[in-house]
Amino acid sequence: MSTRTVAVTARTVPGTGRARRRRGVGRRVVGGFLYSLGLPFLLLVLWGVLSTSSTNRFFPGPVAIAESFIDTWVGAAFVEDVLPSLYRLALGILASIVLGVAAGTLIGLFGWLRELLEPLLEFFRAIPPPVLIPVVMLLLGITDTMKVVVIVSGALWPVLLNTIDGVRAIDSVMSETAESFQVTWWERLWFLVLPSASPRIMAGVRQSLSVALILMVISEMFASSAGLGYRIAYFQRNYLIAEMWSGILLLGLVGVLLAVTFGVVERRVLRWYHGIREVNRA
Amino acid sequence: MPDRDVLLQVEHLRKVYESATGDVEAIGDVSFTMDAGELLCVVGPSGCGKTTLLKCLAGLLRPTSGRVEMHGAPVTGPSPAMAVVFQEYGRSLYPWLTVRGNVELPLRHKRLSSAARGKLVADALDAVGLGHAARSHPWQLSGGMQQRVAIARAVAYQPEVLIMDEPFAAVDAQTRADLEDLVRELHTSRNMSIVFVTHDIDESIYLGERVLVLSRSPTWVQEDLTVDLPPGRDQINTRALPRFTQLRTHVYDQIQRAKRGQAVAP
Repeated sequence: MSTRTVAVTARTVPGTGRARRRRGVGRRVVGGFLYSLGLPFLLLVLWGVLSTSSTNRFFPGPVAIAESFIDTWVGAAFVEDVLPSLYRLALGILASIVLGVAAGTLIGLFGWLRELLEPLLEFFRAIPPPVLIPVVMLLLGITDTMKVVVIVSGALWPVLLNTIDGVRAIDSVMSETAESFQVTWWERLWFLVLPSASPRIMAGVRQSLSVALILMVISEMFASSAGLGYRIAYFQRNYLIAEMWSGILLLGLVGVLLAVTFGVVERRVLRWYHGIREVNRA
Repeated sequence: MPDRDVLLQVEHLRKVYESATGDVEAIGDVSFTMDAGELLCVVGPSGCGKTTLLKCLAGLLRPTSGRVEMHGAPVTGPSPAMAVVFQEYGRSLYPWLTVRGNVELPLRHKRLSSAARGKLVADALDAVGLGHAARSHPWQLSGGMQQRVAIARAVAYQPEVLIMDEPFAAVDAQTRADLEDLVRELHTSRNMSIVFVTHDIDESIYLGERVLVLSRSPTWVQEDLTVDLPPGRDQINTRALPRFTQLRTHVYDQIQRAKRGQAVAP
């Protein structure tokens, strides 16, 4: 993560030799890419070599898993199981962020609201979301909505709590500046409160992503007939070991995809933040 | 002086901070008037409630008693006729906005066409010599340049009075001299009314046409001094004038007396 931010912030500093710097950045990105893939590749080779002598049927070799990965997920299963799962995951993450930031901003801005809601928030946050699945299932039926609600019930908290903290921590001089220039409430929200809280909000979003992925899988393991979580559970119960491993592999890849997407968005949103840190370090 | 408009009038201003551990009287009894087009410097020993006074002037704090009037109307909150330049430029500029974005922000709620707004921003940035840096972010600039951005933001807001709270306390000496000349320049070429709070005696005499010397807390106006130096000032010649030295010695003595609490309230 740290090497990535350095590469990006170097580009945001204006000045001469920008083209040369960009080419340097390009080389560094490609170099970093190869570097970060080196260890996984090495482990794969090691695994392949070691597993040739293994007879344990619960741990098939990488080649067998790769073959079953293609057989299982490329084709109809991608449309029937993977896409709906990803769709619900995306919806759940989006809803968590929107709800968390909106509610967190209000709670952070108004002290009386915070005092009113704090005990309640502590209580709901402490409930492990999977135990809600039967309840939500009764209320909403076995629907997409139920699965999205389960995802949100867990992924909401990191965004919400971080937003509250971020909004509360706004610098007093920055607020006074806005006040003295009579900046309107909406302008203050958009140009002061949200940007100022954005580093904390992004930290919350990062935590939410992993929670959301876990809950996506779990929400599909109960009383479901499609989806990534359902497939993996099905393979487990039917001793389709290589297929099961290929599902786990796919989940890992989804996680990596999420992290990469987050990294791109984060670098755009927090360019100023990384820029300041870069300047202070120099 | 009947031929000049009274801009600001402060009458028996008093400010007490109430806290659980006991009340603190920051400002005792401050009264003064300021004419339009004047550059008024306020000096005092450290901890004498300069910032409190300034916040009361700007409508950011409500006085405990007494009143602040602008053109005869009481100041009850922040007003479009005033703009504040804070000491902590690093915390007053928004790092996520560009220099232009920072200067433009206070203008957004003024009903202006985008062309008129752009012109105001460009004009203000030119006035502080930062026309080339409009697209940079504040943290990419030096401290002195950042404070110039804050001044440009206040100038673009087109206030009737510019209130500056020890604006150059955190920059190095050479940058400080440049910024002092910038303030003089804004005052003379744009006829801006400026209240300049500082703890630096030399600075107050070099810049001001009038210097208010404050006592230590609870504050009152210990002396209201007219600076009878020629209006065209420059760092070398003005500071070498015998009158400059006299005034400085005088203010210095006053501040020493204020620190020791020897001066007696009227």
